[in-house]
Formats: sequence, C-alpha cells, structure tokens
Amino acid sequence: MHQLTVAQIAQGLREKQFSSVEITQHYLDRIASHDSRIGAYITVCPERALAQADAADKQLNAGNASPLTGVPIAHKDIFCTKGVKTTCASKMLDNFIAPYDATVVENLDNAGSVMLGKTNMDEFAMGSSNETSYYGTPRNPWDLERVAGGSSGGSAAAVAAQLAPIASGTDTGGSIRQPASLTGLTGIKPTYGRVSRWGMIAFASSLDQAGVIAKNAEDAALMLQCMASHDPKDSTNSPQPIDDFSAQLSQSLQGRRIGIPKQYFGEGLDSATGDAVQAALEQYRQLGAELVDIDLPHTALAVPAYYVIAPAEASANLSRFDGVRYGHRCDNPSDLMDLYMRSRAEGFGDEVKRRIMVGTYALSAGYYDAYFRKAQQVRRLISQDFQQAMQQVDFIAGPTCPQPAFKVGEKTSDPIAMYLEDLYTIPVSLAGLPAMSIPCGTSNGLPVGLQLIGRHFDEAGILQLAHQYQLTTDWHTRTPAGLE
Amino acid sequence: MAIDKHEIEKLSRLARLSVSEEDSADVAERITKILGLVDQLQAVDTTGVEPMSNPLDAVQRLRADEVSETNQREAFQSIAPAAEQGLYLVPKVIE
Repeated sequence: MHQLTVAQIAQGLREKQFSSVEITQHYLDRIASHDSRIGAYITVCPERALAQADAADKQLNAGNASPLTGVPIAHKDIFCTKGVKTTCASKMLDNFIAPYDATVVENLDNAGSVMLGKTNMDEFAMGSSNETSYYGTPRNPWDLERVAGGSSGGSAAAVAAQLAPIASGTDTGGSIRQPASLTGLTGIKPTYGRVSRWGMIAFASSLDQAGVIAKNAEDAALMLQCMASHDPKDSTNSPQPIDDFSAQLSQSLQGRRIGIPKQYFGEGLDSATGDAVQAALEQYRQLGAELVDIDLPHTALAVPAYYVIAPAEASANLSRFDGVRYGHRCDNPSDLMDLYMRSRAEGFGDEVKRRIMVGTYALSAGYYDAYFRKAQQVRRLISQDFQQAMQQVDFIAGPTCPQPAFKVGEKTSDPIAMYLEDLYTIPVSLAGLPAMSIPCGTSNGLPVGLQLIGRHFDEAGILQLAHQYQLTTDWHTRTPAGLE
Repeated sequence: MAIDKHEIEKLSRLARLSVSEEDSADVAERITKILGLVDQLQAVDTTGVEPMSNPLDAVQRLRADEVSETNQREAFQSIAPAAEQGLYLVPKVIE
C-alpha cells in the first residue's frame, strides 16, 4: 500500500479496496518500524490521524469525497497545527502548541486529508541539509550516511522512505526543490503569492512559499491545488485567479520552448549530474520541445544578494521570539534586556543566530544602503534577466543542485559551501517564479534532479512539462532499497 | 568587511541576542566570511536600478476599516510563559 501514489490511493479508497483507517494505520506502523533510523518526523499523531481517517471513511461512504479525502499526508513542522506541537525544529518552540491552524493546514483538512504528523526541518527553515534541527538530522533513505537536503529534509525523507505518500514543504531559497532533488522526488514551489502564508512561521517574507514534495507531478498538482486559495489574512497572497493545475498535464509539449542558461552548466557542477540533466533535456527534445540557449548574466550575484535579503528579513521576523508571549523563556531574568537576550540566546541554534546577526548588520544605520538596498537592486537585475529570457522561451531548465546528496557533517564547518548548494534554486526564489525539481538520473547511485522554471503563475505549465517527462521515463518510480 | 568582537557586541544588543565571550571570536569569524561572500555585490553597477522588495512588485492591499476578528485573548494567552489578568508579565521596566 505504501508504494501507491496519491492518485492511486484516492482511487483505491473510492473503489473500497481499502479504507482510510487501514491505509493510515499502515503508514503509522511503517513510521513506528522505520523512522528511528530515518528521523523524518518530529511529532507523529496516531490518535488524531486515526480519528481523521475515520471521519474521512464516513465521507467516502456517503459519497461526499474530494480527491484528497482519506489520503494520509505529512506537514512540515513550520505550519501551525491547532492543538499539535509546532516547533519549527527549534528549542525556541519546543513547548509551543499552536492555538490555530495555518490556512494551508485548514485547506488540506477541509479536503479530508489525514495528517500523520509533523516533519523535521532545518531550524526556522534556515539550511540546506536539515543539520540545524534541534531534533537531529533526518537521513537520506538512499544512503543513511547522507543528508536528505534542507530545509524540508524531513518531508523529503518521509516520502522517499515511504513513511507518507506526500508531504507539504516550504521553499525560500530552494528548500523544497533541493531536498526533492537529493531524494529522487518531485517537488514544487509555486509562484510567490500563490499559496497563503498565514500560519506558516515566517523566515523571509518576500521569499517564503509553501509547496509540495510528492512522488510525481500528478500527485503534486492534486495537493497544490488544494493548498492554493485566496486568503485575506495574508496580504501578500495574490488575487490572481487560481486555475486548474492539472488541466494541461496530458497535453503535448510540441513547440514548447525551453531555455537552457549557460550559467547553470559552468564551474561547480558535478559532471555526472550534468550528464543526467543533458540526457533529460534530450528527452524533452524527443517530446517535441525546442531547446534554446539563453543567458542569465546576473546569476552569480544571486547567492550574495540572497544572503543579505533573507537574513535581513529573518532578523525582523524572528524578533517576535522574545520569551514574552510564547516559546522559550530563560529562568530568572534580571531585567527586560536580560529576558530578551538570554531567552533568545538559549532558544536559537547557531545558524539561526548567525543569520539574525548578519541581517541585523545589513539593516543597521550606516550599512543599510551598502548592503540591504544594494541587494534589493541586484534582486531586480536578477528578476529582469528572467523577464527577458521568458520573452524567447516558455520555460527554463537546468540542474536543481550542483551535486547529489553529501555526507552528514561534510559541509557544516563551512557556511559558504553550504550556501552554494542553492546556486541554481536561489535566483528563481528572488524572482518569485514557480519551479519544480523532478528526478532525471543518478550520480554515483544517488538521485539527480532537473529544475523546471516557469513564468509567474504558470504552475500548470511546469506540471505539464514534468508529467510529460514522467510518462516516458521511470526515474520517479524508483525507490531506495531496505525499506520494504 | 571584517567584523571584530566590538562589532559583535553592538550587533548582539541590537538583535537582543547575547553572545558568550567564548563564542564571540568564532561568531565574528563566521560572519566575516559571510560578509565576504556578500561583498561581491559592491562590484555591480546598480545606478538607476529601483530596489525590489516584492518579487511581483505587488503593493500592500487595503481593506475596509471594519472589525472582522473576534477577541481570542484567553486562548492565545493560555500558552504564555507568564500571564495574569489579561497581561503578559515581564521583569520591571520602569525604574
């Protein structure tokens, strides 16, 4: 049952091949057997899940089901889930029981999905390997000595180890796409503003987006459709009409133009990764797409610009964690300043503290223009590169990551090496474009991901691009051994 | 741009985040490295380029000035470390 896709689960439930309670129990049993080795979950909710499954079975029996009714899912522990511990993988929120549901959670709940639990992540979503979590590092099911990526490492590990058929994630600089790439899964980050951020603990407000980590494009489209909504509670949520993301899946790619940026195939790219990506691009040519060389000249500035903007926004967003209204509070504060300084020093991990300091510096008097304002100007240049390219092409493609999964501990002493993991994903985030990662091959036996980038609000287009490839290839059907 | 312990102390107060004496040098070194990465931005000519704060250049949406939410103080304060009679308790602020 754990080998089924979400679409197959939905069909199985409708045809009464099994019940939601049965499949939910099946996943809970798998989590109990395997997760101590994987570390994908921070919190598992067996009673709550079975209660939801039971309610879903009643809906199914009454003929009131929607596509996700009764389907088990996992949520990244960054989404507030009412009555359920919500930690953002931080000691700061180890005692936090969310008093409300995030809009995304509410949407998926209303659709009848069943929440198995909350998945592990980098602390406050800051990281590319899930090694900054207060709750340990989830392992890559393809090689337990290696990382599953970050910051949505837990969601990726859960789906890859078949401890959930699908999971929510968030992506600020690559945190859905990179873990999906490292674990052989299909991840989608929608256009900025497509999905409500209400109840999604904020890291960088102009970059954060909720999305999906799934086994294939068809499943990703189903869940993303449910997550997207118009939400007056998130003022950055776009009024753009929400189209049917699955509508174009089976359309031919004949005549579609895919841009290949030369900057994504330069120095730093692992050669086997490059080969796998080239093979995938050739497959797209076979499917009728036209490949066009394009230039994204400011690509190399994306990581530096991001490492000003994201920490600056984070420093503002994380100032709410002050020991006063919720979360960790130090013992015996001597005065207000001591309360703030010690609560925060005790509650936050090292990477989070570093980023808050960098962000504070970039925004401080005397440095604001040289750092923050400058970075915002460079952001516009990067965005303009994409605008210009998209006049000649419909999509852009390239590797998701410069290399496959690295070993736990390999990059933790060098923050810059870690930051460069997101070389290809960051520019897309700065421009707010929708993007996916789909598996397209291997390097040394480890999964390699292909990144597909679309125009603003063209989720349906990139999903079509992904699905058509998945109809004629089988990388997305492969699963790691040892987790039967 | 090199960050020294003095700068770290200043940032620590601005960010309300204490850094211990032992950690101070290490934090300064790591942040200097990150700022080294970021300094690449200085070489770019951005004359006349409008800063971008929202990737869609979207602006703040407004709504009618009408009450739409209910007061949920009890629920939200129930998770506070120290609260009493509707107030959050902190160490004395006024001398």
